[in-house]
Amino acid sequence: MPKSYADLLREARAQIKEVTPQEVDALPEGSATLVDVREASEWEQGHLPGASHVSKSYIEQQIEGIAPDRDAPVILYCAGGVRSLFAAQTLAEMGYTNVASMSGGFQAWKGAGLRFETPVTLSQEQKLRYSRHLLIPEVGAAGQAKLLGSKALLIGAGGLGSPAALYLAAAGVGTIGIVDFDVVDISNLQRQILHTTDRVGERKTDSAKRTINALNPDTNVVAHEEMLVAENVNRIIKGYDVILDGTDTFETRYILNDAAVAAGIPVIHASVFRFEGQLTTFIPYEGPCYRCLYPTPPPPELAPGCSVAGVLGVVPGILGLLQANEALKVLLGIGETLAGRLLLFDALETEFTELKLRRDPNCPVCSTEALAARAAGRPIPVANVGEDAPFLLTTTGAAGNVSPEARA
Amino acid sequence: MSTVFIPGVLRSNVGGAKSLELDGDSIRGVVEALVAKHPALGSQLLTADGDLNRFVNVYVNGQDVRYLAGLDTPVAPADEVRLLPAMAGG
Repeated sequence: MPKSYADLLREARAQIKEVTPQEVDALPEGSATLVDVREASEWEQGHLPGASHVSKSYIEQQIEGIAPDRDAPVILYCAGGVRSLFAAQTLAEMGYTNVASMSGGFQAWKGAGLRFETPVTLSQEQKLRYSRHLLIPEVGAAGQAKLLGSKALLIGAGGLGSPAALYLAAAGVGTIGIVDFDVVDISNLQRQILHTTDRVGERKTDSAKRTINALNPDTNVVAHEEMLVAENVNRIIKGYDVILDGTDTFETRYILNDAAVAAGIPVIHASVFRFEGQLTTFIPYEGPCYRCLYPTPPPPELAPGCSVAGVLGVVPGILGLLQANEALKVLLGIGETLAGRLLLFDALETEFTELKLRRDPNCPVCSTEALAARAAGRPIPVANVGEDAPFLLTTTGAAGNVSPEARA
Repeated sequence: MSTVFIPGVLRSNVGGAKSLELDGDSIRGVVEALVAKHPALGSQLLTADGDLNRFVNVYVNGQDVRYLAGLDTPVAPADEVRLLPAMAGG
């Protein structure tokens, strides 16, 4: 006997459990797989936070990829609560034992004033520009949208920052902040490929912005034309998703580390000396921080900057690109970062060496005790670099007679 | 004999060698052998009290000796010891 739409709907309602938007909103995050079964054009107008999108016409083909466990809770929704009921019936037929449909759908969710997200949609031009990313399943449109919505902060537009900035901009990272107070010097051009001969004397942030926007006009370049110091570090790093440390002084590296740990922002660290480089990723509280690795800075004669010791131009190039690689993984949430590992590069031998890093249980910045002390409003005092290592303020030693500015 | 890798910044103190073969059954023994051969390294690696300077990390087979037994960490003949000061350059 033929069935009408009303018959089918009645049967679906009798078979499938329905939940209200308020009940869905009250669920602890991650306790159920939320699937939006509307069409792509509807999804692009906004969707529930944390939901995956599989349009109803692909539900049979794609649901196992999103919800591999047939006994785990799955909640489907559409615009008004009808398509999701029918899609839920399909899942029940496929053996899903814990499927529900959200009554009233996205309209009821919005009507109740509940929070929703609007995905970044790629323009036709962006689909072409980023097509090689879109082809990689680990990036895809969702990953590209994530990059476009991401904010990366570069400390220094120099040897490390130059290649990192170019590749992050090319990759479509939406906002690139650059902290640099220096001007382009002709001696920078041997490695700082953001800048050009005709820009000698120009502010590095201005030169960087021009180069980046010539490569990718979509990139929003935020210039922080100031030296990173304890007084401004919290203001500058606020709101960034990841920070690339490419500075040339220990003072800045410690100031940045302490503030980034407190703010919970990952820092991709790199440093170079002649033919050698060091690289790691500091993810606050998951791995060690810079103070766990180097509790105190060395005297200047043991750690001269590039302007004193020299550096083979490609070394910061290679390390800067590895920083960009780490940053992209952090932003996309894919792969394994270098958290807990220090990568050494020796250009003369073309050799990479990996060392294991550990969190210092007594670290004054990232230990459990330090975190609790900060939460209680009484942070553990950390000796300033200058106090702890007075040699940084002297005028002796290989690098001691050069100001931090000149060492960049 | 264990192999001690010398970072670029310290090589001028050891005649430019990238690595040295040194005797010693602990980090203390290896560092003492190194400083005996190249006294200029003494003040760079050790404090006045004979402890490792806090700004020099020492690794045995990729593991930081601070989380092993410090200067008393045993070193076997085929082990790789690596000295690693922080770098400033960017």
